[in-house]
Amino acid sequence: METELPSSCYTDATETTVQSARKKHEPAQAKKLNGDAVFRYLTTCFAFSIILILALMLYEMTGESMPAIKAFGWKFVKSTEWDAVQGIFGALPYLYGSVVSSVLALALATPLSIGAALFITEVAPARVGALVAPLVELLAAIPSVIYGLWGVLVMAPWLQSTVQPFLIEHFGFIPLFQGAPYGVSMLAAIFILMIMVVPIITSITREVLLAVPQSQKEAAIALGATRWETIKIAILPYGKSGILGASILGLGRAIGETMAVTMVIGNAPNISLSLLSPAYTMPSVIANEFAETTSKLHASALMEIGLILMLVTLIVNALARLLIWSVSRSAKGGAA
Amino acid sequence: MMHGMTFRKTKNHLMSFVMLACTLAVLIPLGLIFFHIVKMGVSSLSLDFFTHIPAPTGEAGGGMANGMFGSAIMIAGASLIGLPIGILGAIYLSEFGGSKVSTGIRFAADVLSGTPSIITGMVAYTLLVVPMKGFSGLAGSVALAMIMIPIVLRTTEEQLKMVPGSLREASLALGVPFWRTSLKVTLRSAMSGVLTGILLAVARIAGETAPLLFTALGNQFWSKNVMQPMAALPLQIFSFAIAPYEDWHKLAWAGALVLVTVMFALSLTARYFGRSRHAR
Repeated sequence: METELPSSCYTDATETTVQSARKKHEPAQAKKLNGDAVFRYLTTCFAFSIILILALMLYEMTGESMPAIKAFGWKFVKSTEWDAVQGIFGALPYLYGSVVSSVLALALATPLSIGAALFITEVAPARVGALVAPLVELLAAIPSVIYGLWGVLVMAPWLQSTVQPFLIEHFGFIPLFQGAPYGVSMLAAIFILMIMVVPIITSITREVLLAVPQSQKEAAIALGATRWETIKIAILPYGKSGILGASILGLGRAIGETMAVTMVIGNAPNISLSLLSPAYTMPSVIANEFAETTSKLHASALMEIGLILMLVTLIVNALARLLIWSVSRSAKGGAA
Repeated sequence: MMHGMTFRKTKNHLMSFVMLACTLAVLIPLGLIFFHIVKMGVSSLSLDFFTHIPAPTGEAGGGMANGMFGSAIMIAGASLIGLPIGILGAIYLSEFGGSKVSTGIRFAADVLSGTPSIITGMVAYTLLVVPMKGFSGLAGSVALAMIMIPIVLRTTEEQLKMVPGSLREASLALGVPFWRTSLKVTLRSAMSGVLTGILLAVARIAGETAPLLFTALGNQFWSKNVMQPMAALPLQIFSFAIAPYEDWHKLAWAGALVLVTVMFALSLTARYFGRSRHAR
């Protein structure tokens, strides 16, 4: 792999950038072996390997998905039947599980994260903020398998013994809370995803809030606004697109999250309105079945799920990055 | 007028309280997770954990020595592949890159680091496991390297950009070739920041599980050959946590404690290096 990446990047794409780079830094020209030229060539290749990796991923995923795409067409995303023995593959339950779990987790996580980020940057005394902010960042780095371990051994049993019986008894008339308390369920997945994405959204939102120019706040304070009014009229509107970007980035994480969700969601390909019943997601089915596929078509169907997952997260991440960049760029422009 | 003022003040206090409540709601579950990892982890941790391989199903005792060893090997392999690509790529972005090209590469790196890591595992599977006809530690290393590269690239670039141009000019004026200036002057003076990025990237891949599921696969026994299936600590935590045996759950908690401790040590060291450079 080490030699494969750079060697396959000796393509025409690199040529043009070497030339443009050459224009920029006119080197003290050729002695024997031109170290600078070699160096430039090497670094160019390595930098372009990022684009190459991305392209390679898309190419491989698409190629491997082709048998399933040809065999099922649109039926793949509309059908609920998934039978590896008979060779019938429909991915709707996984799509449904991914969308419901990540969207609901995000709906719970976003307001909490914005509140916490505002507290850290605007309300808390500087010393408290300086203590909490790195703590939240540290938490964003905990591996998902550890969230999953806690989820399956502590949270799911607690949901089963306490929360779910309560919901069934008092809110059982709502279809969302009907059924039996299994513990491992869509609800457990939503909770664990919420706990996982909150530190991520909080720390990005905090960065966005820090980029709001001081003059913006001072203007509101000079007009006699209280702290909350300053937040409402000066800070939130300014950071709006960045905060939106932060939560979309959280959505990307939630959709792609594999280990923790696989451990708590119950892994049953149901489409059920009830949040208490077990469900399944796109990454979970890949994690559970990919190493033990029974046929070429089975592997290809899982690849197609991976391809869908990749395209969705690509779009979501690209959108989020653009929104966050737009805030930090305009903040820099405003400061100058 | 007075009434309006008190109403606004009350609302201000109320919203401050709501924001405090949000912060607590964020921190409490995370505090609970920590509490359980430390409590369950410490009580299951023993010397055996660091020296033995897992005991057979249903038997008490055993450890995750093979998993820790396998993780170390695969992280070293991933660093060997990922660090040169990431760091030299970053030199291109900060020293040579035209603005449009660099933006494209930066964007690709950001998008790549947001791609679910399980996809990386699938790609490494088709590129390495299938042609080589078998799961291997090497395939695991490559999958981890693909996660590492964009992180190292972006953090290193940020650090290189902070090196003042006058330093480069001074070196070039002394007749030092550009490539030596980049490596010996520019990169070296940004070293502490670069190290921060490297440590954070290592911490990130140390906990990755999904990309190893169908590359390294895992191994119940000692696995010292990188061309064979290899054990990894996160993989063991996963399979032991979902197994129905109390003894295995204990091992999983101990593994979690070790993993979290390693990650925090890496993060704190990274922070230390980061701070010494540009104190705020």
